[in-house]
Formats: sequence, structure tokens, C-alpha cells
Amino acid sequence: MVRFILRRLLQAIPVLLGTTLLVYYMVFALPGDPIAALFGDRQPPQAVIDTLRSQYHLDEPFWVQYGLFLQNIFTFNLGNDFTGQPIAASLARVFPVTAMLAIEALAIQTVFGVGFGVFAGLRRGGWFDSTVLVASLVVIAVPTFVLGFAFQLVFGVQLGWAKPTVGANADWGNLLLPATVLGLVSFAYVLRLTRASVSESMNADYVRTATAKGLSRPRVVVAHILRNSLIPVVTFLGADLGGLMGGAIVTEAIFNVPGVGNKLYQATLRTEGPTIVSIVSVLVLVFVVANLLVDLLYAWLDPRIRYDQ
Amino acid sequence: MTIPDVRVDEAGYSGTSPLLEIRDLAITFKTSTGEVQAVRNAHLTIMPGETVAIVGESGSGKSTTALAAIGLLPTNGAVSGGQILLDGEDIAHATEKRMIELRGNTIGMVPQDPMSNLNPVWKIGYQVKETLRANGRPSGPDDIAKVLAQAGLPDAHRRAKQYPHEFSGGMRQRALIAIGLSCQPRLLIADEPTSALDVTVQRQILDHLDTMTTELGTAVLLITHDLGLAAERADKVVVMYRGQVVEAGPSLELLQNPQHPYTKRLVESAPSLASRRIQVAKEQGVEASDLLAPDAEAAAADHVLEIRDLRKVYKLRQGLGKSTDFAAVDGVSFDVARGTTTAIVGESGSGKSTVAKMVLQLEKPTDGKILFDGVDTSLLKASELFKFRRRVQPIFQDPYGSLDPMYNIFRTIEEPLRVHRIGDKASREKKVRQLLDHVALPQSSMQRFPNELSGGQRQRVAIARALALDPEVIICDEAVSALDVLVQAQVLNLLADLQANLGLTYLFITHDLAVVRQIADHVCVMEKGKLVETGSTDDVFESPQQEYTKALLNAIPGAKLMLPPEVA
Repeated sequence: MVRFILRRLLQAIPVLLGTTLLVYYMVFALPGDPIAALFGDRQPPQAVIDTLRSQYHLDEPFWVQYGLFLQNIFTFNLGNDFTGQPIAASLARVFPVTAMLAIEALAIQTVFGVGFGVFAGLRRGGWFDSTVLVASLVVIAVPTFVLGFAFQLVFGVQLGWAKPTVGANADWGNLLLPATVLGLVSFAYVLRLTRASVSESMNADYVRTATAKGLSRPRVVVAHILRNSLIPVVTFLGADLGGLMGGAIVTEAIFNVPGVGNKLYQATLRTEGPTIVSIVSVLVLVFVVANLLVDLLYAWLDPRIRYDQ
Repeated sequence: MTIPDVRVDEAGYSGTSPLLEIRDLAITFKTSTGEVQAVRNAHLTIMPGETVAIVGESGSGKSTTALAAIGLLPTNGAVSGGQILLDGEDIAHATEKRMIELRGNTIGMVPQDPMSNLNPVWKIGYQVKETLRANGRPSGPDDIAKVLAQAGLPDAHRRAKQYPHEFSGGMRQRALIAIGLSCQPRLLIADEPTSALDVTVQRQILDHLDTMTTELGTAVLLITHDLGLAAERADKVVVMYRGQVVEAGPSLELLQNPQHPYTKRLVESAPSLASRRIQVAKEQGVEASDLLAPDAEAAAADHVLEIRDLRKVYKLRQGLGKSTDFAAVDGVSFDVARGTTTAIVGESGSGKSTVAKMVLQLEKPTDGKILFDGVDTSLLKASELFKFRRRVQPIFQDPYGSLDPMYNIFRTIEEPLRVHRIGDKASREKKVRQLLDHVALPQSSMQRFPNELSGGQRQRVAIARALALDPEVIICDEAVSALDVLVQAQVLNLLADLQANLGLTYLFITHDLAVVRQIADHVCVMEKGKLVETGSTDDVFESPQQEYTKALLNAIPGAKLMLPPEVA
């Protein structure tokens, strides 16, 4: 098992090099001069521009810039962004916020998605199943920005249950509203996946055998239907966690959450190569770890899957 | 077992009261096309400690009747009439709570398919443990090991810590028997408990089940499609046909003097009893050509397939990049004469299916040659291989798995024609209709989907699909193993007819020696990748040379039952 985990983590290195190279190149190739953009309408003296350019190595060819960036990464010093702030410090500010948002959203979609999905799957065709299915379809069909504004208006402004925007003081309570919006879409998918999976395992021979052994209904459901139904759901959740950590640009913008999505958006507007690539590198790691967790969960859920052989 | 013994049992009926009595049972299923009555007027009686077998083909209602007795009918099915009396208590409409009390404790079950009836994600020991716990019995590690050991699992403490996928089919079935009997029920429902297993394993398991139920005094309701097996194992046999009990009585009596026409047909076509039938036919000079291929002698010189020193080695990974070689097929050579049937017999794991796959060019041999019409098939170019596939067609074991559920029957049969660009749309449709006639399926079934057909019908579709390209050789990999006896007999006769009419050559892969006896001209017996015995079917059956072959022959259920010639 340890070998497997180590191997997977080592595999992250080429992935990291490939993605950073690609993203760095794309930022490099973007039209427009980031230094000129810093000054807005004013025209700074050429000497200032040149100083700034050499300070940020923008006058170097692509390979040198990329090499310097890598050097920074491996010394854990990500350098400064164009406003002079250390990139590492701003990442340390935005990632915890997005991590909280992602975990909260993931928890909401897992608890409600799996819970509702199990009930719907056990009584397929019943009133609960039909209601939940239609509701989930509505959630899938409505775009996030509509859902986000609607929630903000109803729960944030009119009912006053939560703060309509998050702002600087992001905590679990403040993030509940954006997390709900973020979790709702995936909730619908989790629900449908669970439902399909449950109603399939319900007809499995081993479930009938379990009943024939004299087990009570709740035991049969928990031990023999639920655990066997979770594998496709876990796959989806793992992939989704990576996506959530990437920051939800739309949701974070609506609720003014100072998270990764916001930061990434601003950095893109300013063509700040180092910031963008730094964020992407962290995200790659998050994806690798999330997928590793999913694979480990697989092995726990289904003992037929073994990685050490 | 002798007839007087059975009579003594019967005489005992007046003394004690029956354990299970099913009276006028009717079971109805709600389907999309309306209500279907699956069982009508079923009745049977089981005395304490007695073994009663229900025999019938699939769809006869035998499993449904048994499932009703343990309250496990599918959700769309319900008892619509009659009584199921357990110790005088009518449990036909008992509450779920009452049924949970009875299940495990009073009524145990051993299900049909050991591969799918153990939950793959729990350890064997845990699955025993929860049974014990649910029925209020001690469930410590020693209790679990004891239960497993009683069912004949060696090294039970260690085995309990393993998962189902680490068990062979026979071991899984032992685990399921252990679970079924763990709480010492008074009635055990055994639903085709061994039909998925090799014959030799089948024999061991049934022997063990016999011993255990005799010791515990458990009554057994044995569900089987195999009349030979039923007669050998049960005191009484109940024959069901299309949802009704058509005949019931002491086993041997029923076998020797069947009254109902269906029972007569069943006795005639039971493969386990048929070995004797062929002999009788030969003695009486009756032509056996509907069972044996014609002109086997004349065609002997013309070998359509020649297998030379065939080897297939798989690498088994052993961690840390090491691997060991495993020879699934080890130096096998034999010939197949045109227009004859050659059977490869062996237990699972003997390599017989691997040989079939290599002949079909679905696996590459590690070593050795396969000559088809004198041409080495390993040298075929892609285009030649495409033509080769036209001439050699497979029929696989599982008629449920080998047909695409999304294709209707027409599309399934037409697909090979389309792939090989034969004919236009109209002529292909005509051909499909012909093929359906060939395999005795109504042309109206063209628009239906596999899930709407029975197992036998599906296998006919698979045969029609294989015949679509007018092949010369058909490789049947356990092609009739999944079918009921009567259907099996029909399919075997169909294959024999087609052989006589079209001059087909069959390579028949099977573990079922009874089937071999009925259809094959030559037999190759395989054990652990090697060919241990080969010869004409008569020679192998009448004077087997190898111990392994003898063991296989002995394990045919019902082989020891002596039937008077007029019945057999």
C-alpha cells in the first residue's frame, strides 16, 4: 500500500511539470503588456518600465522565465506578484477559504445526495422518488448564476438568514449560503448516481441471500445495499472535489468570497504569469491527492481491488 | 436406495404431522403486460427430516414456489391463493416481522449461484457472523469457524478472514451451505445448489449436504432441473410444469413409471440417464444417427482442424515486478475430422476454454500450431483472418451475457452478415427469417430483445447468429451448460440435425460428460492444461484409462441409478 501511494505521488511530478509548462506558455503568449497595464492610462518613463521588466524577468526569453519560476517553486519561494505582494502569502490567504467552501459544499452534496438517493432508489417509482427526480432535474437545468442570485436575494436579503456576501471574514457560517449553491448542482448528480446504483444492487442475488439469512431490513440496506452502491458515487465525488478546489469563479464572485476563483480571475485579467501558474500547481497537487484518496476509498469499499500485487 | 425404503417413509406420514405443507398455492406476478399467474394449484408436503425435490424447467414455477415458502418473492409477485403451512401456521401472508423471525432460524436457504450470492465486499466470516447474530446465536470467531468447518471448509479460521473472490466456486458454495445451515433450521431450501459447479465438486457438495442434513435432522426442499440428481438425492419428487404440479411421488417409482406426458419426456431426455439410452439403442440396432454424427468413419481422414503442441502461458504477477509462468494449456495436440463432433472435457481451470479461444484466434498461442484446412492460422494476414472468422464461429456458454441487450434479435443475427457485407437489406432479412426457422424460433421474435426471451430461446438466437455466415466449424464453449434438460436436449438435437444437414464440424467444450455422451464422436479429456486421455466417445466411456476420467464419469449424477431398459 505504501509503495502504491509513493508511486502515485511520484507520478505527480511529471504531471506538475507538464501542466505548469503549458499554463506558463499560454500566459506568456497572451497579448498585451502586463507592466503597461499596471500604470493604466498614464505613460511611465521608459527607465521605470525597463527596471520593472528586468525585476520581473519579463525581458528574458520564455525558457529562462520558466526556469526561474521552477527554481522558485523548488525553493518554496514563489516570488512577488506585480503589486509587490509575495505570491505565497496571497495563496495562503485564498486557499483556506476555498478549501472551507469546497468541504462544506462536498459535505452538503454527499449527505443529502446519498441520503435522498438511497431513499429514492429503495422505492423506485414512489412519490418521493418522482418528486426528488423532478427537483434534481430543475437544479441541474438552472445555471449557477441564476441559482446564486436567487439564493442571495431570498435567503440573504429578504429572509435575512445568512449574510448575502462573505467579504473578508470568511467562516463556516458565512460560507454556508455559497456552499449550498455550489453543492446543489453536484447534489443532483450524486442523488441520481446513488439512486441508480442502489436500485441496481437491490436486485442483486446477495441481497436476497442476506434477507434469507434472517437479517432485518435496515441491516440489509446498510450492510449489503449501501456499501456496494457507493463506488460510482465516490468516483464522482473525488473528481468533484478537485473541481471545487479550483474555485467556483461564478459563485465566489456573486457572494464576494475571497477564494481561489476570485484570485485566479484577477490574476488572469492582469496576465500575472507567476500567480496563475502557482495556483495551477497547487491545484494539480490537489487533484492528484484527491484522486489518490478516491483510489484508496475504492480499495476500502471493494476488497477485490488491490494495488500491491 | 430401494423402493421398500421409500414406502416405509410414506407409511410414517400418518404418525407425524408435516413440517411444510403447501396447499393450492397460486402466485401472481404483475408485469407491464398485465398479471401473469406463475404458479397454480401447487401442493406438496414435506415431513420433518425428509428430502423433497421439485423438478422442472426454468419458468416452471419451481423456484417461485420455494421462494414463496421463505417469503422472498420478487416485489412484483404475491401469493394470490392457497396456503403455505409451516407447522400448521399459514405463512403465505405472514408479516415481514414474522418472516424475519423464521428466516435463518426455522427456514434456511442455499441459493443457486455461488458466484453472485455472497456479497463481494464482506469477508466470509463476517457474512456467517451476521447470520448467527441476527438469529440470536453466539457469533464469536470460534463459532464462525465451527460453522464453516462443518460445511467442509478446511482451515476455517483462516478462511473466515478471506473475501469471496479469494474462494473457488465450490468453496463459495460450501460457505453458502454453512450460512444456510448455521442456525440449524428445520427446513432448508436448496435452490439448484450445485448447478453452477463442476461435476466432481457437485458430488462432494451434495454428499456433504446429505450428511449434514441427516445429522441435524433438517428437512430439505431441493430445487433442481436435473431429474437424475433429484432421484438420487430425494425421497420424493414433485414435477412442476408451467406453474402446476403435474406429478408427485416417491423418487424411484416416479422415475420408473412416469404417468404425466411431461414427466415421461423429462425422464427420456435427462442427460444423466441418457448414457444408458444410447447403449440400449445400439443393442437394439436402432439407428443412433440423430445423436451421433453421420459418416464419422468416412470423414475421419479429412481433418479440418489440426492442433499441434499447443501451449499458452500466462504470467502471474507476484509483486515487486516478479512473475511466475502459469501454463494454462500445456502441449495439447489433437485433430478434428470434418463433419464430426469432438468434445474437450475437463473441470474449470483445466484449460479447455483457453484451447477454444486460441482456435477462435481470440488468444495468441505461446507455442504450437493450429492448422485450419492445413493452413497455419498464426500466419494469417488481417484480411485472411477476417475470412477465417467467417468459417469458424463460436457459441458461448452464457446466453444471458453473450447477446447484446440493446440489440433486438434481428439485429443480433443480421450483424455478422452486415459486418461481412453479405447481400442487401432484403436478402439479409430473408436470411434471418430462414435462420430463425432453422433454429425453430418464430419469425415474430425478430423484433424482440434478449431480455424478453428464455435461456433456451436465447441460446437458439446465439446458434442462429453463429450459423448466419454458413460456417464450417462451430466452437461451442459450454453452449448448453446453462440450459434446462429438456431445452438442452432440444438444442443438442438441433445441433445434431444441423450437422447432418449442413455437414458442420463441432468442437464442443464442456464439463458435462452426460452431454458428451449424447453428442460427441471423439473425446479429449483435459486436466490442468494437459490432454490426459483421448479417444472415441464409446471407448472413453466404456473403458476409461485414466483415474481422472474415471472420477469424472463417476460423478455424473444419477449414474448409479439402474433403470429398467423399457424406461431408459
